[in-house]
Amino acid sequence: MANDLARWQFATTTIYHFFFVPVTIGLSFLVAILQTHWYRTGNPDYKRMTRFFGTLLLINVAIGVVTGLVQEFQFGMNWSTYSRFVGGVFGAPLAMEGILAFFLESTFLGLWLFGWDRLPPRVHLATIWAVFLGTMLSAMFILVANSWMQHPVGYRINSEGQAVLSNIWALLVNPTFVWGYAHVLLASLITGCLVMLAVSAWHLRKGEYVESFNRTGKIALIVLIPTIVIQLSVGNQLGVIEARYQPMKIAAAEAQWTTCQPCSFSAFQIGGGANDKTPTEIIPIPHLLSVLATNTWNGKVEGLDQLQSQYQAKYGPGNYVPDVFIQYWSIRVMAYLATAVLLLALWGGWLVHKDRLRNSRLFLLLCVWAVVTPFIMNTAGWLLTESGRQPWIVQGLQKTAVSNSPSVSVTEIWISLIAFVLSYIVLGWADLVLMLRYSRRGMARADAEAAEPVAGAAPSLTY
Amino acid sequence: MQLHTIWFVIISVLWVGFFVLEGFDFGVGMLHRYIGGSEIGRRVCINTIGPWWDGNEVWLIVAGASMFAAFPGWYATMFSALYLALVLLLVALFGRGVSFEWGGKRDDARWQTGWSWALTIGSLLIPLLVGVALGDLLHGLPIDSKHEFTGNFFSLLTGYGLMTGVTMVVLCLLHGTTFLALKTTDEIRDRARAAARSIGWVAIVINIAWCVWTLVVIGGGTVPQPTQIFGVIAVIFAQRLSTTENDGWAFAASGFAIAAAIGQIFIALYPNVMVSSTNHAYNLTVNNSAAGHYGLVVMTVVAVLFFPVVLLYQGWSFHVFRRRVSAPPTSSG
Repeated sequence: MANDLARWQFATTTIYHFFFVPVTIGLSFLVAILQTHWYRTGNPDYKRMTRFFGTLLLINVAIGVVTGLVQEFQFGMNWSTYSRFVGGVFGAPLAMEGILAFFLESTFLGLWLFGWDRLPPRVHLATIWAVFLGTMLSAMFILVANSWMQHPVGYRINSEGQAVLSNIWALLVNPTFVWGYAHVLLASLITGCLVMLAVSAWHLRKGEYVESFNRTGKIALIVLIPTIVIQLSVGNQLGVIEARYQPMKIAAAEAQWTTCQPCSFSAFQIGGGANDKTPTEIIPIPHLLSVLATNTWNGKVEGLDQLQSQYQAKYGPGNYVPDVFIQYWSIRVMAYLATAVLLLALWGGWLVHKDRLRNSRLFLLLCVWAVVTPFIMNTAGWLLTESGRQPWIVQGLQKTAVSNSPSVSVTEIWISLIAFVLSYIVLGWADLVLMLRYSRRGMARADAEAAEPVAGAAPSLTY
Repeated sequence: MQLHTIWFVIISVLWVGFFVLEGFDFGVGMLHRYIGGSEIGRRVCINTIGPWWDGNEVWLIVAGASMFAAFPGWYATMFSALYLALVLLLVALFGRGVSFEWGGKRDDARWQTGWSWALTIGSLLIPLLVGVALGDLLHGLPIDSKHEFTGNFFSLLTGYGLMTGVTMVVLCLLHGTTFLALKTTDEIRDRARAAARSIGWVAIVINIAWCVWTLVVIGGGTVPQPTQIFGVIAVIFAQRLSTTENDGWAFAASGFAIAAAIGQIFIALYPNVMVSSTNHAYNLTVNNSAAGHYGLVVMTVVAVLFFPVVLLYQGWSFHVFRRRVSAPPTSSG
């Protein structure tokens, strides 16, 4: 019970935190691009768009930072057995994240926000790029840590049965990390682009600040199209890597109970869970699973039943099959939405080419609503990754069921879970209100902020 | 010196850095409603810490993450033992953290007042709770032979822990007022100086009482530790210098007082990292809770290479925004 509750709490707080992380990474890149345009061209319109989207970024960063604190504390609070076991390996990237990324991100965000009138333009431009660099480094170290849980490398088990670091480079070239990190960065860019596109589309439909939002809509689309094309192939490669090191994850993603060669991929299916191993497949696409899992036309994918017997022989009795329903649907939600976003982006690219972006009301309406898709895709991606690792907390080394804190009672976790959920509802509501209000009405304020200060006047109060 | 001792020192320095830097942010947060006076005045107060508070808070995160990496056993036992206290701490960190960025984003008096109170209460709770936590490390908590905490929430409320928490709150109040005196002008500065003078007296009394209690807890006899003597002298200086309006030196003195207070906890703690009140044989020490040698070497290299860079750019940020903050002549959104 305590273990289940702790898992619910970890899943809830992590999924919630990751609503904001990709927005921070993606939007800080796009704001840096806008400011760079302003610096290069001197066009004041880029300055006010920098301030406008910069404020959206800051509203989002605030909640991203505070929800990240929970993650930093939660390993020790709820997963002390895990922390004791892996701290010597897993803790190192977290400490490095603090020293290399968090200081950079927070200090330079302060310099950027308060430095408009204090820093020379070139230095001020550098501060927003430093913020973006900080967000990228932060994601990097977290992915190093997370990938170690998926595919542990560069460690040994010491005489007290704890994992200790033996080769830091092995963690940094871990294939799960390399491809996982690329996947997360691209997903963040896609998220940032879709947020910028949605806000721009909303204003274009209203006919407000048309020139400005036509520009930002265009920039979002120009970044989005190549990013999502690359993302589809990076995601595919990550699947191949996972099939190699965590075959259960990919077999469960197709509800593939028996070994197949070549393997087809079902568009969707009915049944297929542990109680119904012969699902009704709707539209099976021949060879596609072989390609996705192995990068070869006739590749073999081992079935869940075969893997289960192998794991039992290796690790002893137990159930080693992750939740098939979550695996099966999360990969499809992610892939189908990504395809839909790609089609939308291509349509947008064609409109940009014809210079008709501002006129296509249907396209703009779809763009406004497309803002929800990256959040669904990001969540689905993490569900696929994390639920697919179960029953392991560290693949092959420690099971989730034995890794929680023995000293923390069920009552205590109920209290914390309720406290976090209530706090997150309040924070989420306030964040949504602010984001929507500012997205709709913030231009007047951005205009005022971007205007040159009157000579002799004291600087205004930033907060 | 062995690597795990070096990491104990690094972690102590991180905690000292956190309290010295974020300490004035807490003080400003607790007092901005009172010292600011009006809505504009409150925003002047918040803007004095605006560019820095987030970077200052990172010292806490890095201290925690370094404990995880260098002393996994310490991190695991301490964070699971302090469970509900940390939940409250996190909720306080939520409200305070978003209040800065969100508070001024709507022209709605209730919205602004609400976040202003979130800042006030958060800034009070955080040093209080972290103070209790650090005090408990030294006082000892029920911990068994497997290094598992065996108490409950009320076991955390040790007298010495609570006293440490109160001392931290008072020192942060003092530090916040000397900071505001240094960073503002006109009436706000006058109010900050006046507050520093009166809080200074409370801080002197509390700090001396807490130092005596520390001596009792560690069984140190009647001879005060050097950090305690320096700490008390620093608090007295901070109070006197506020009277003579030496804002810069008063701020330096209150910062030194906080550094001495946190320093004395860690100096008294070593070589333990967490005392067991059940049996001293079950104490967590730098030896029995440390990570492997290679991991510590890697982390040391990273810290030696990059920490000076952090200090440089944080220092630069303090230099960029060194000017005093005043209210604009007319109110602006």
